[in-house]
Amino acid sequence: MSQTIQFNLNGKAVFLKTDPMRRLLDVLRDDFSETGVKEGCGEGECGACSVFLNGKLVNSCLVAVGSITGMNVETIVHFQHTQAYRIIEQAFSDAGSVQCGFCTPGMVLAAYALLKENPDPDETDIREAISGNLCRCTGYNMIVDGIKLAAKKGDGKW
Amino acid sequence: MVKSYHPETLEEALKILVETHCIPYAGGTDLMVRYRQGPGLVPNFDRPVMFIGHFPELTAISEKNGEFSIGACVPYRDIIRHPHTPEILRQACSLIGAPAIQNLGTMGGNICNASPAGDTLPPLSVLDATLTLRSVSGERKVSFLSFFTGPGKSILRDDELLTCIHFRLPHFTVEGYRKVGTRKANALSKIAFAGFMLKEKDMLSDVRIALGAVAPTIVRSRELENRLIGQPVAELAELMPDLLKSYGKLIQPITDQRSDANYRKTVSLRLIKNFVLKEES
Ligand SMILES: Cc1cc2nc3c(=O)[nH]c(=O)nc-3n(C[C@H](O)[C@H](O)[C@H](O)COP(=O)(O)OP(=O)(O)OC[C@H]3O[C@@H](n4cnc5c(N)ncnc54)[C@H](O)[C@@H]3O)c2cc1C
Repeated sequence: MSQTIQFNLNGKAVFLKTDPMRRLLDVLRDDFSETGVKEGCGEGECGACSVFLNGKLVNSCLVAVGSITGMNVETIVHFQHTQAYRIIEQAFSDAGSVQCGFCTPGMVLAAYALLKENPDPDETDIREAISGNLCRCTGYNMIVDGIKLAAKKGDGKW
Repeated sequence: MVKSYHPETLEEALKILVETHCIPYAGGTDLMVRYRQGPGLVPNFDRPVMFIGHFPELTAISEKNGEFSIGACVPYRDIIRHPHTPEILRQACSLIGAPAIQNLGTMGGNICNASPAGDTLPPLSVLDATLTLRSVSGERKVSFLSFFTGPGKSILRDDELLTCIHFRLPHFTVEGYRKVGTRKANALSKIAFAGFMLKEKDMLSDVRIALGAVAPTIVRSRELENRLIGQPVAELAELMPDLLKSYGKLIQPITDQRSDANYRKTVSLRLIKNFVLKEES
């Protein structure tokens, strides 16, 4: 039973006629070509499909699109035009935080979710903040280093 | 394709519920995994679904003179951040999933799912929580432990919603929470332990102990707690062997992919012992 669902995607109101039980992940990738949102595990464990929902980090594979009526969704594609993104991008690049890149969009959003609330995190805070994001390449240390570097470069301006 | 509802008000939701016996959807973190089909496919819900995560009545937390009320659909994140949340509950909620799960998942969902491994169950049990269940025909309040009848089973009728979780902030001198899992994040519990003790003038004036994931429902026994209450702290160690034997009868774990029965039982008994003999912090 298709219904029209309204939400804001990257700052623009969208009206979508679709099955409300579809996963936000599929809607973003298939209907809006937001392929920066990745599917890893499909059960909330890996964080590759992370997006911001009303400013909070969520796994879009666990969100039925019908549940987000009137809410704001921000994806990595939109976030990449921000100053915060550029700081994190540079830090990740300098620290070697990116290898295959599949987890990176989720890691970047998780890093920002942390820094926005805690601009001077210690290593435990960082590891907790990315505990829902799996990376099978780096062994995490380089990602932790990247976030430390971003915190330093960002200097509280999140 | 199943029908889905996004009612404007709680009253409307209760009406839809009694008419359709649909599945309430709060944070969706259990439901979307249970019904998932895979990439590009719509989860295969077998009954109509109703979104209930957006009602103000179900998303408020309040604390007044030590009386705490948490709306069933308050996400973990807000419980963790509330200044008056009891430490034991804050710890349990912070160890659920990972930040992104805590932003969606709700305590109401954890309770209604009625998994023996639900991590909020042991702390709510020692907090002696009360649950408010509501339907079109009215409201009933039930004690926390009486809600659960077996793994995945509860007394919740299919025309009812859990609306609120209440408890009084207790006065205790020792509290303990332990989650035993494979890793810190995104791991369901092998064992979860919660306890409160009030030690006054070298006497144990009160104790409450609950264990999760080691029996079909939460293990909590007022009868065994009463054996300790009123005892001198110095004599607690002597009472341990008998007490642990009795707890051993209540702790009936299963072996599953997360852990085995023997490990669960051994560690549970050790957690009880270490807690009761723990010095005040
Ligand atoms: C990656 C991952 C990690 C997890 N880690 C943990 C963990 O560490 N510990 C743990 O305990 N759980 C964990 N969970 C399970 C889940 O997140 C929790 O059980 C959560 O509290 C469920 O809440 P929800 O609002 O998302 O529930 P939903 O999925 O919305 O609902 C769960 C069930 O409860 C019913 N329901 C929900 N609210 C109500 C209500 N108000 N009235 C009546 N019925 C209702 C629904 O119909 C459904 O049957 C994890 C899940 C995932 C995906």
